[in-house]
Amino acid sequence: MTNPHQIVGQSPLRKEGAAKVLGRAQYVDDITLPGMWYGATVRSTIPRGRISSIKLDPSFPWHEYTIVSAADIPGENTIVHLTKDHPCLATTHVNHDSEPILLLAHPDKAALPPAVAAVHIAYEVLPAIYTIEESEQQKEIIWGEDNTFKTYLMQKDRQPIPDEIWQQADFIVEGEYRTGAQEQLYIENNGVIAEYDPEAGVTVRGSMQCPFYLVHALTLVFNLPPEKCRVIQTETGGAFGGKEDFPSVIGSHAALLAMKSGHPVKICYDRAEDMAATTKRHPSRTRHRTAVSKDGKLLAGEIDFAIDGGAYATLSPVVLSRGTIHAPGPYHWPHLTVRAKAMATNIPPHGAFRGFGAPQSIFALERHMDKIAKVVGLTPEEFRRRNFLTTGDRTATGQLLSDPIDMQALLTRALKESNYHAKRAQFEKENPTRTIKRGIGFATFFHGAGFTGSGERRLASEVAIDVTPEGRPRLLVSSTEFGQGTNTILCQVAADALALPYEEVLIAQPDTAHVPNSGPTVASRTAMIVGKLVERASTQLLEKLRTEAALPTPHTAEDFKQAALRYTQQLGNLEVCVRYEAPGDIFWDDDTYSGDAYPAYAWAVYVAEVAVDTTTYTATVTDFHALQEVGRVLHPILAAGQVEGGVAQAIGYALYEKCIWQNGHLANNQMTNYIMPTSADLPPIHVHFEETPCHHGPGGAKGIGELPMDGPAPAILNAIEQATGIAFTEIPLLPEDIFERMTLTPDSGTEALNPAIAGPIFSETTA
Amino acid sequence: MTQSTLTINGHAKTIEAPPMKRLLDVLREDLHLTGAKEGCGEGECGACAILLNGDLVNSCLIPVLQAEGAEITTIEGLAIDKKLHPIQQCFLENGGAQCGICTPGMILATHHLLDKHPQPTLLQIQEGLSGNLCRCTGYMRIFNAVEAAALTGAAK
Repeated sequence: MTNPHQIVGQSPLRKEGAAKVLGRAQYVDDITLPGMWYGATVRSTIPRGRISSIKLDPSFPWHEYTIVSAADIPGENTIVHLTKDHPCLATTHVNHDSEPILLLAHPDKAALPPAVAAVHIAYEVLPAIYTIEESEQQKEIIWGEDNTFKTYLMQKDRQPIPDEIWQQADFIVEGEYRTGAQEQLYIENNGVIAEYDPEAGVTVRGSMQCPFYLVHALTLVFNLPPEKCRVIQTETGGAFGGKEDFPSVIGSHAALLAMKSGHPVKICYDRAEDMAATTKRHPSRTRHRTAVSKDGKLLAGEIDFAIDGGAYATLSPVVLSRGTIHAPGPYHWPHLTVRAKAMATNIPPHGAFRGFGAPQSIFALERHMDKIAKVVGLTPEEFRRRNFLTTGDRTATGQLLSDPIDMQALLTRALKESNYHAKRAQFEKENPTRTIKRGIGFATFFHGAGFTGSGERRLASEVAIDVTPEGRPRLLVSSTEFGQGTNTILCQVAADALALPYEEVLIAQPDTAHVPNSGPTVASRTAMIVGKLVERASTQLLEKLRTEAALPTPHTAEDFKQAALRYTQQLGNLEVCVRYEAPGDIFWDDDTYSGDAYPAYAWAVYVAEVAVDTTTYTATVTDFHALQEVGRVLHPILAAGQVEGGVAQAIGYALYEKCIWQNGHLANNQMTNYIMPTSADLPPIHVHFEETPCHHGPGGAKGIGELPMDGPAPAILNAIEQATGIAFTEIPLLPEDIFERMTLTPDSGTEALNPAIAGPIFSETTA
Repeated sequence: MTQSTLTINGHAKTIEAPPMKRLLDVLREDLHLTGAKEGCGEGECGACAILLNGDLVNSCLIPVLQAEGAEITTIEGLAIDKKLHPIQQCFLENGGAQCGICTPGMILATHHLLDKHPQPTLLQIQEGLSGNLCRCTGYMRIFNAVEAAALTGAAK
């Protein structure tokens, strides 16, 4: 059916946009409930130890306060994610700095900081560990039996690499690559307001991505059934993963205070507390050992991928899984083994952040690909061209790539758009005589859309659509808007399926009392998975109105309204609910870690141009091209905005944003000394799309949200290698790091040749 | 407690507050104008930016006593007769607002910029907005919004 109002592929105004530009959108800190108190958290000041005593200053007016400790928890003292290792409040031990121990509430917000200071906690300090290496060496066992949250073994064809491959290889190229922690730095800190009623149960409203995650957490902490744990998402001022798992912590805390105080309780962290206590991107170390033929074909790869999960498991196993599956990149590996592990340290738990493990392993791979090219004597372009995956190939997990893929064409176009060849030649010629050295580099990569492996099958998401008393269609989903455009794209999809103008379609506020569980708003899944469900629910609603309420074909908005009203008057409530059905051709086996890892992948080539000032040792990105094939672009302005914003975050990841830990405490927990890019720091970001519609998503759409976080960091460091001649292997790469390497004496060298093993092995110590 | 008289969005207001209370808190708590947001509390992010006697300031850094007698414009004072101000309209149409938390400050910074430079260069836009952090957009659509607003003659 053709829709005269067809809106998918156009850029209608953001659904909640007018409220935002008027300053009227209600974020949680803008909301005050009658009789509301304020909450604060008393936290550990050491990274690991036994709590020997908790003393409240006797001269302090404690009778004015509500004090909550673990003893007040009616259910289990746990914040459940994938495991139950994470306590809601510490009791006998602390395992990281800033770990919550007590909660305080008071009617006056200003009365809380002195109260936090009037709680004196004494510890018996235990030795702490801070790095992947310290965790591997098991000098201290801080989690489980061996400090290991999770391991994966991913093998191509589920076979080990035959020994003779290494013996026959013309080159064996080794490398080690590291990435640092990164703060999400949403401009709105984590915040919630909780209420408690002995009959109705717990209600929490606040800034979050996944209302039903919080419902699940509350059911355990309060020992209540899900229907007595109501969660409402308020307007959310940025999230990026930082409000995926963490709201379960702050939401449970506020609800405990509300229960004990008998008042609604608001907890909104200030920036210093948010940065010190909440999750960050997992730091990583990736080791590559690659067998290559002299004509530049990948023969085999061994990848050892390790991430630092911090003190508790949170989402580390699934972050590790996405990182593992993305580690081989868009290349054909005849033989491949990836060994992956998530390790425990006494750092505040790391959690979800846009990209979710993939930016880490892709950084390593795309730096390593440039290194191999150099060893083999090919250009970075030609070496990749000889190894790209193509339609009909199988990935490392054995997934048959049946959708059309053309990485060759993507690379050709990206290099043309960025004028790569001419610039590379120009910089090559000019650099020797310049103090500002320039370079251009690129990364080629893919990003899977939807939950990893069997995730979507297990989630079995539901989407509903009903009609309002005015006869307008309204979407009911728990998928949240936090800037990326959920409200808008889902309404576009519904509008087209309903053959109605976009303006007619409404979307309900995510409130778990009224919306079904359409799954968490994560994993680049909303457009493709939830969008497809919205399309199905809308189509069914339309069919229902045609068969049961005499909606004519074609129909106008007025026809729809009249039919909807007819239906509700004669037959009662009109609501259609659909549930995810795993496509018959998608299968994943958790036991062998093989199968179809994602329903669909976005494919991309990102090109970065840099200038490195050899007086100040500052590297600046001066131009950026981002080309991606994302199925179908639902909303060109939103889609480009997603890519630009992701590229900006990833430029920060590569060159600006460094978490400095001192004794497990984030020392730079302020915007003053944790530096994210400003409007004056970014290059022009040129966004190009290719569209090859994919049958898994509405109108052919695949996921887009995380993709732009993956490519920029390696593209930038590849460009810096052209500019400086130095193969940096670690991010963030700050001016002091560039200074250190550029002023090293030449013979402290980088490339070491080891003649002891058959075939030259190119190894390199970390910068 | 001291009494201060301010002109907020064209209306005279008298406020009883501790003299060192942050102007941001006076706006949000005493006057219920919640368009200005707290992002960092230390003048880095610009989410609390307002216009004070025509200057763009971070209201988290201003004690209310320092604002005595001042003319203050917040985001709530920008829309004209319930219609969007042209700058707001351009942010909406160009994708200049994503999560929206930086948007009130960003729009006031744009207002201030266009007052000074009615037809700003890209460099002037980049500098004029560099005190306002946005984590969502990468700023590109914000630049587009500012350029579009300049074309409408939005400053006046």
